[in-house]
Amino acid sequence: MTWRRATDALPALLLLAAVVGAWELYVDLGGVDPALLPAPHSVASATWENADLLWKNFAITAKEVVLGLGLALLSGFAVAVAIHLWHPVRRAVYPPAVGSQAVPIAVIAPLLVFWWGFGIFPKLIVIALICFFPVVVTTVDGLAAVDRDQLKLLRTLDASRWQAFRFAELPAALPAALSGARIAVAVGVIAAFIAESQTATIGPYSGLGREIVSDQSSLQEPRAWAAATVLCLLAIACFYTLTLAERKLAPWTNQPTGDRP
Amino acid sequence: MPLDPAPHPAVRVRAHAHAAGAVNVDNASRTYREPGDASRKRRPRSSRSVPALADVSLRVARGELLAVVGPSGCGKTTLLELICDLQQPDAGTVRSEPAALMPQRDLLLPWLNALDNAALALRVARQPRARARTRAAALFAELGLAGFEQARPHELSGGMRQRVAFLRTLLADKPVLCLDEPFGALDAITRTEMQGWLARALEREPRTVVLVTHDVEEAVLLADRVVVMSARPGRVVAELDVELSRPRTRTDPRVLELRERALVALGMERSA
Repeated sequence: MTWRRATDALPALLLLAAVVGAWELYVDLGGVDPALLPAPHSVASATWENADLLWKNFAITAKEVVLGLGLALLSGFAVAVAIHLWHPVRRAVYPPAVGSQAVPIAVIAPLLVFWWGFGIFPKLIVIALICFFPVVVTTVDGLAAVDRDQLKLLRTLDASRWQAFRFAELPAALPAALSGARIAVAVGVIAAFIAESQTATIGPYSGLGREIVSDQSSLQEPRAWAAATVLCLLAIACFYTLTLAERKLAPWTNQPTGDRP
Repeated sequence: MPLDPAPHPAVRVRAHAHAAGAVNVDNASRTYREPGDASRKRRPRSSRSVPALADVSLRVARGELLAVVGPSGCGKTTLLELICDLQQPDAGTVRSEPAALMPQRDLLLPWLNALDNAALALRVARQPRARARTRAAALFAELGLAGFEQARPHELSGGMRQRVAFLRTLLADKPVLCLDEPFGALDAITRTEMQGWLARALEREPRTVVLVTHDVEEAVLLADRVVVMSARPGRVVAELDVELSRPRTRTDPRVLELRERALVALGMERSA
């Protein structure tokens, strides 16, 4: 079991080693100014030297990402269900939902800060705003893709509208909703970066995003890259946590044979 | 109505000639508009209509097993959906005691295990989960499904899936069962087993049954009466009483003779 896990991870590790090696050579052989792209070894030593700062900022950003994504998933799912159940809602809500994706955060950030200050809440709003849309789209499609005959069957069993939803539509839509959630999670970390750079105060402990912005302006490239690396790891961790959750929540989608490829 | 010389306990007494049956279809017609045409702007209002059923009348007595045979597209599924109140006839009337449908595809829910699929009707009827499961589990052994309670649908064989689907229909506790080609997708050996199994299951739990099939032999083996329908639009072209004791064998000359008559009515074999 452990051995299989290890061999499963091998391709990813090989690719990582190749990329890091090429990167190191590129910088060491003078291909680029280290002020623009620090070599991996200097990023590693910056990580080591600033472990405490990075850890504290990681904790702040991770909290924003988790809560922001939670808000995005809940609101996205709720909007999708409302769109599915009430057709007027679809007409009313879809255009502004699409439009919301085009609004540059910089435009609304001052307003959010004006309303809620520099605390965590405006950041959660920004993350949720960026991440809820893929959840809405995939969940709406998943709800609509339910097998019509299954609904018909439930009708012959005298199922109520709610029971048809609960026994057929909701579980049928769950895999699609979770796919949307995985897209949202992948975007969630960059959303946190945007949220922090737009609505955080300047200071040492304002999250990894804020730290990257201030490090870059003070020419501390290795530390900025160290923070970026931590952000990447956060995204990967979130993604795989959700994949695990999917296996728990929708085990039938991993069936070896049957309806799904 | 003459009874069998040696009536088997499963032979049901018929009274369809005078009293209102459990299922009463009177001059029912149903026409579909060709799908898609209604929304197509290019050909407004000129959508082709497809008659599925034309002036069909039939009566199923309480406790009777009526088989409906006919070629593909003769409106058999439409007939069942009319009986189950999933559709309304365009003309004529359909009156039936509450009917449960076992659809052609088993339609087991992949997110529920076999037991919960079988108990679905009880859950929908707001019975507590534990009680619903207990009741379904009691029938699992009888249907040869013991040990597969926790299996998900994709882990079951085709025959087992059909049995779970049948159990789900049975547990809907409706007096009428509408079975839509329940064994159509099975291989010949499994189908034979399932036919024997269905006959025994109905002996234990007598219901009024409308069995739709395209297998004439299956109809003759299982039914009290066989209605033969024509190709689209479906009409009743023949009715055959099967007054044979059970269990019946497919090599029984009387079974062969009835099979022959049904095939003649279907126009698939010329009368000798």
